[in-house]
Amino acid sequence: MGAFAGGRLPPDDVVVTALRAGDETMFAALLDTWSRGMLRVARSYVSTDPSAEEVVQDTWLAVIDGIDGFEGRSSIKTWVYRILVNTAKKRGMRESRTLPWSAFEADGVPFPDGVSFPDGGRWGEPGAAWPSPEGEALAAEVRALTAEALGRLPPRQRVVITMRDVEGYSSDEVCEILEISAANQRVLLHRARTAVRGWLADYYGSVKQAEQ
Amino acid sequence: MKRFIPETRAVNVVKRFTCDELVELLTAYLEDVLDRPSHDGVRAHLSCCEHCERYFEQFRATIRVLGDQPPEKLPAGVRDRLMSAFRERHGG
Repeated sequence: MGAFAGGRLPPDDVVVTALRAGDETMFAALLDTWSRGMLRVARSYVSTDPSAEEVVQDTWLAVIDGIDGFEGRSSIKTWVYRILVNTAKKRGMRESRTLPWSAFEADGVPFPDGVSFPDGGRWGEPGAAWPSPEGEALAAEVRALTAEALGRLPPRQRVVITMRDVEGYSSDEVCEILEISAANQRVLLHRARTAVRGWLADYYGSVKQAEQ
Repeated sequence: MKRFIPETRAVNVVKRFTCDELVELLTAYLEDVLDRPSHDGVRAHLSCCEHCERYFEQFRATIRVLGDQPPEKLPAGVRDRLMSAFRERHGG
């Protein structure tokens, strides 16, 4: 990534001009900066790692072909990610892993075990405290569990939480890429976080029981 | 035109939430998109409800863990293919 160490890319007009001129360093910088997030996002729609890699590859090929026609109506990153999401959706549909998005409109996640409010909106049995994440073994296990938890989320929630919390994209970016409202984005993010917290709580609960 | 807005109406308004309402507001609270009375209401509730405070801590711990996923990398073969495609496109 040499020329752009630190992951900071130059402004869009510089990037686009360089790509059109065939600047390999610039193309390599984009590849290395965005592909990891793109892989994760692709995985929200398709079922295997090789599929996700193909989606990312096809996206970049479309970018190479289409850069001359890029009109700058969105940022270049949004443009690339929209191509990615469309490519991944199509592919996911073929794999019939992705249901029509409307099927997920009502995908509320029920509160997991240990969270209930029987008493006029107050806590019944509050969840147990979590152990502090000391110890590399526990941390690695929690990371693996979190990756698995992402895989269990409905696609719309998964793609939002992946962009926001795993890759650290802003709410504005996510809304623009997915073409959803800020409120909708927030609902999806909240449901996803709630579900992942619930699975982590179940896990910590089982660790604690095993220790006793 | 000068409009008279009684100051007392804007101050000291703190919404009250039950615990089940509160946990549904945490993402909006963290994104700082709640109106002032609601925002203050969430903060007030968290400061005096041990259970919700713990839940909030776990909610934030979850977000931290999500941000701590191992980095991903495009396989070298794919990267090479894409670099060649870019080069060919530009007659290299």
